[in-house]
Amino acid sequence: MHGIAIWFRHLYETTGINLTIAYDPFDRARFLDGFLVTLELSAITIIGSIVVGVIGAWLQGARLVWTRRIVQVYIQLFRNTPPLVQMFFFYFGLSSLLPTIKNSFGMQEPPVSGFAWACISLIFFAGAFNVEIFRSGIEAIPSSTIEAAEALGYTRLQTYLNVVLPLAMRVCLPALTNNLVNLIKTTTLAYAIAVPELLYVSNQIWSDSVNVPVMMVVLFIIYTALVGLLVAAMKAWERALHRPGLGT
Amino acid sequence: MPRGFDPPTGWTPDQPLVAIDDVHKSFGEVEVLKGVSLSVRRGEVACIIGPSGSGKSTLIRCVNALVPFQKGSIKVLGIEVNDPHLDKLRLRKHVGMVFQQYNLFPHRTALENVMMAPVQVLKRLRAEAEAEAYALLKKVRLEGKEHAYPGEMSGGQQQRVAIARSLAMHPELMLFDEVTAALDPETVKEVLVAIRQLAEEGMTCILVTHEMGFAREVGNHVYFTDRGVIVEHGPPAEFFAAPRDPRTQAFLSQIL
Repeated sequence: MHGIAIWFRHLYETTGINLTIAYDPFDRARFLDGFLVTLELSAITIIGSIVVGVIGAWLQGARLVWTRRIVQVYIQLFRNTPPLVQMFFFYFGLSSLLPTIKNSFGMQEPPVSGFAWACISLIFFAGAFNVEIFRSGIEAIPSSTIEAAEALGYTRLQTYLNVVLPLAMRVCLPALTNNLVNLIKTTTLAYAIAVPELLYVSNQIWSDSVNVPVMMVVLFIIYTALVGLLVAAMKAWERALHRPGLGT
Repeated sequence: MPRGFDPPTGWTPDQPLVAIDDVHKSFGEVEVLKGVSLSVRRGEVACIIGPSGSGKSTLIRCVNALVPFQKGSIKVLGIEVNDPHLDKLRLRKHVGMVFQQYNLFPHRTALENVMMAPVQVLKRLRAEAEAEAYALLKKVRLEGKEHAYPGEMSGGQQQRVAIARSLAMHPELMLFDEVTAALDPETVKEVLVAIRQLAEEGMTCILVTHEMGFAREVGNHVYFTDRGVIVEHGPPAEFFAAPRDPRTQAFLSQIL
């Protein structure tokens, strides 16, 4: 570890490539913290938005017309507005309407942290797309297959969970992958509400060390790897779901 | 009485198992069923034949409440199907259905297709349901195909899985909706063998079919429908030997 630090310091002195996160313990620590926050944001919002998609697509098939309308309004609202505006809406708009609570130092603070607001707003944003993605998968299922489940005594929920969803998932996985890739990249918007994620800490680092180009390259590499990892995982899931004679 | 049979209150074996009375069904402006009545006793095999669009499939879809109808009454084991507060699940536990397009769950193996509903709907023990699924697949001569997916099986094999899947629910009544219409002539036979075996075991069946030979051989009663009404019916020997109505005569002369 020490050798590496010396090497990078040498690299900076001879070439001007200043990778402070490789030799400066303080920068390395805050960079790693930021990376972890990005990972947490990504994992929470991916899972959350899939859950929203699954529930939303289920409610879209509800018998009650008002249930379907509410889902429709939700989709229109969150698909047609910029995600940054949504995040501001939650963080500055909604948050200011909530009562503050006393923290352990006796200070007043908002009950929901910036990180939590970022999660909530990103889940709503990506979830709206996921509802539509799952719906496209559901519509690809022959109604006769659903009829067969009904004839066997399945309830609507049982049919959805055991027949409709597993089949729809196989159809819509490529579209879902696209949306989740976008979601990972959109986590950088949390920067705007001071959530110390990767871009935010990188900004702090380059402000201190004036090494913007170097940190930019680092960001590109990390996001490329992160998205690559997600895509590989989704591909593996796709393969695991493959059944002979079903799909391609 | 077979295992798992709980006759709904008020039904006794001396009553018809299925009583269809003056059923009317319209899809929008089109009246598909114009007052159909028939009854099927326990252990009986009723065959419904007739030209396409005569309402045969719609009629048996009404029996397990897959499609609602506007007027008339259908009683299955005394359960009124046309009751707006009908407990569909209770009805469907007694009524098995096999479709023209098999409609197996393509993401599950043959074995899983057969045991899914008993485990998930009837909440039976997995091991118990699995053992029975093996036995049912053996019964429809699909030993060795338990772990094949529907996409890996021929139409005839898939249709026999579909029959086993219905039987796993221990129905009192089986509905067959043109189950051989999508099959090639060689595989038709293997499916008909399975149905005949069921009929011989005393299963109450309603078959919508184009297999006249089969209807004649296995059916206890044959109904001929045309344009939403039952034109003529009778025991197969009489029905096929001496049809009285000109429409029946024309239909039979076309296909026999």
